Amino acid sequence: MALIQLNDVSKSYQVGQISQPALRNVSVDIETGGLVTFVGPSGSGKTTLLNLIGCMDRPSSGRITVDGKRVDNLGRKASAAFRGAHLGFIFQSFNLLPVLTVYENVEYPLLMIRRAPADQRQERVLRILEAVDMAGQKDKLPDQISGGQKQRVAVARALVTQPKVILADEPTANLDTETAKKIIALMREMRDAFGTTFVFSTHDPRIVEQADVVHTIVDGRLVSDSDFALHKSSGGADHA
Amino acid sequence: MRSLFKIALRNLRRYTRRTLLTSLLIVVGVVMVLLFSGLAGSFKSTMIGLITDSGLGHMQIHRRGFVASIDSLPLNLNMSPEGYAKVLQTLEAEPEILASAPRIKLGGMLSNYMDTTSVRISAVDPDRELAVSPGLSGRLIQPLINASLLAPGQVIIPERLARGLNIEPGQNVVLVATNRDGSVNGGQFEVVNLIEDVLGPQGRDAYMHIDDARTLLRMDQQEVTEVILRVRDFQRLDRVAAALESKLAGFTTSQGAPAFELHTWAKLSPFANIANMIDVLTITVKIVMIAIVLISVLNVMLMSVFERVREIGTMSAMGTAPRTILGLFVIEGGLLGLFGSMLGAGLGLAALAAIKAAEVSISFARMDNLVLRPSIDPWEVAAILGIVVLVAVLAALQPAWKASRMDPVQALGHV
Repeated sequence: MALIQLNDVSKSYQVGQISQPALRNVSVDIETGGLVTFVGPSGSGKTTLLNLIGCMDRPSSGRITVDGKRVDNLGRKASAAFRGAHLGFIFQSFNLLPVLTVYENVEYPLLMIRRAPADQRQERVLRILEAVDMAGQKDKLPDQISGGQKQRVAVARALVTQPKVILADEPTANLDTETAKKIIALMREMRDAFGTTFVFSTHDPRIVEQADVVHTIVDGRLVSDSDFALHKSSGGADHA
Repeated sequence: MRSLFKIALRNLRRYTRRTLLTSLLIVVGVVMVLLFSGLAGSFKSTMIGLITDSGLGHMQIHRRGFVASIDSLPLNLNMSPEGYAKVLQTLEAEPEILASAPRIKLGGMLSNYMDTTSVRISAVDPDRELAVSPGLSGRLIQPLINASLLAPGQVIIPERLARGLNIEPGQNVVLVATNRDGSVNGGQFEVVNLIEDVLGPQGRDAYMHIDDARTLLRMDQQEVTEVILRVRDFQRLDRVAAALESKLAGFTTSQGAPAFELHTWAKLSPFANIANMIDVLTITVKIVMIAIVLISVLNVMLMSVFERVREIGTMSAMGTAPRTILGLFVIEGGLLGLFGSMLGAGLGLAALAAIKAAEVSISFARMDNLVLRPSIDPWEVAAILGIVVLVAVLAALQPAWKASRMDPVQALGHV
C-alpha cells in the first residue's frame, strides 16, 4: 500500500456566490522514501494539494489516506494531533519562531507536541543539528542567521520527530541558487539517512531536476505522472 | 507549562515598548486603587475610632423607643433599676463585651450668671466611662488629674460653648434641668475641664457625674438612659451585636413587646453613611482599575494575535494542540497583569509609606489636625494583585481563543 493515497480528490473554495474549484478529481499514490514534487504554474492547486495531504484542509470530495489512516474527515483537534505525530512541514518563508533559538526551534515539536523526555530531546536535537550542519549556531536567534541557515533549521525541525512524510511548500523559493542546491542535497541526505518521504510543491526547476517523481498539475488537474527514470531517459537533468 | 511561560515571557520582551506601555497603564490603575484604599480606608478607620472611642461607644442599649425620640431626650424612656440589672446580667454572660458604662442623658440650661444657653448633657460614671470611651480623655483641653474624668459637683463643657460664654476651667456655672414631672431644678457646678467637639450624636455633649444628674432630676430610683458597650474585637462587632440582640429580645414588656433595643455605632452616627460612601467609592475605583486592565490587556493581546498570525499558523501546522496555543496567549496576558500589578503594588505601597511619614493632617467637620496614617491590609493588596491577574487572564481569553481556533491554511497565507 502506498504511503499516501489520494482517490478522486476535489476541493472547491467558495468565493462570494461562486464556487471556485482548486483541485479536480485528483488521484495519486506516493510511495515511501522518495523526493516527490508537484509542479505547475501559480494557482494550479499545488499548495491546496499539500494542505490536504497535510491535514490542514479538508477536501470537498474524495478520499485521502496517509500512512494507512484516512485523514480527509478529521476534526480540528484530531488533524492537529495527526500532523504532530506523523508529518513534518517546511515552509517557503522558513517560519521559524522568532523568540526561540535555533536549538529551541528544533526542539519545539519534541517538547510542545510530542512531549518527549528531556534527555531524548537533547540527543535528537543535537544529532539533527549536526546532520544539517547547524550545531555551531544552536544558540542564535533566527534573525541572527542567513536565509539558507534558516531553511536548514526548518529542515531539522521537520525531521527531528522522524516523521514518515515531510511536506514542503516551495522550500527554495526564497533562496539563491547555491543555497537552494545545498538544501535539496541536504534533503536527499536526510531522506537516505532517515528514510523520510519528501513531498514538494514547486515550480523551481532546480528541485524538479532533483526529484524522484514529478507530478504536474494544471488548473487543479493532474495532467501527467513522470517517474524520474522516464523523465531522465527523455533528456531530463543528470542525477546521481 | 514551563516552556509556555518561557515563550510567553520572550514574546512580551519582543514587543518591549508595547509591554511597557500596557504595564504602565496597569501600574497607574493599581497605584490609584492602593492610594485611594489606603487613604480613604485610614480616614474611615480614624474617624470611626474617634467617634466610637471618644463618646459613642461600639454599641448602646436603650429602653425600646428611646432612639426614635432621642432629639427630645425623653426621661420617661429611661431604664428602671430592674431593667438595668437585667441588662447587666446579660452583659456579664457575654465574654466578648470588654466594658460597659451607664449614662443618663438630659437636656438643660447652662448659665455663667450673665448668659444662658441650652446644653445636652451626658451624665456618666467617670471610671466606667473611661473604660468604654478610652479616647474621651484625648478630647479634653487639660490633662486628667489623678486619672479621673470628673468628681461629683464638677462638669465638663464643650470648648466652643465655653468660648461663647467666656467660661474658663475652675469657674462655676449653674445647670438647670426639668425632671420627668415637669418641675425645674438647678445646681451650681465647677467647670473642671473643656472638651473638643467630635463628629456624632454625642459629640457636643457636656459631661457631669451620674449621681449629680440623679439629684438634679430628683430621681427616686437608680435609673439609666443608656448602657454604652465596648467589644474586645471590633471586627466581630456585628456578630456580637446580633448575639446580644437575640438575648435581649428575651426581655419583654407587660404587653409582650421587646423591652430593650440595641444599636451599633453605625446605626447611631451619620458618619456611617459617609463610611458607606467611602466603601462605594473604593469599589468604584476598583472597577475603574479593572476596566483599565481589561481594556489595555484585551487591546494588546488582540494586536499580538493579529501580528503573529503566521506564527500561530506555523505552530498549528506543526501539530501544536489548540489548547497549547490558547494557553500561550492566556499566560502572556496573565504575565502582563502580574508585572503591572507587582510594580503598581510596589509604587503604591511606597507612596502610602511616604504619605504616612509626611504626617499629612486634614480637617473634617469641626475637627482639625486629623493626621492621616494611611495603611492597607496585606490581604487587600494580595486581593488587588489577584484581581488584576485574573482580569488580565480573562481579557486575554478572547484573543487566545481566536488564536487557538485559527485555520492554519489561512494563517500561513496571512501577509
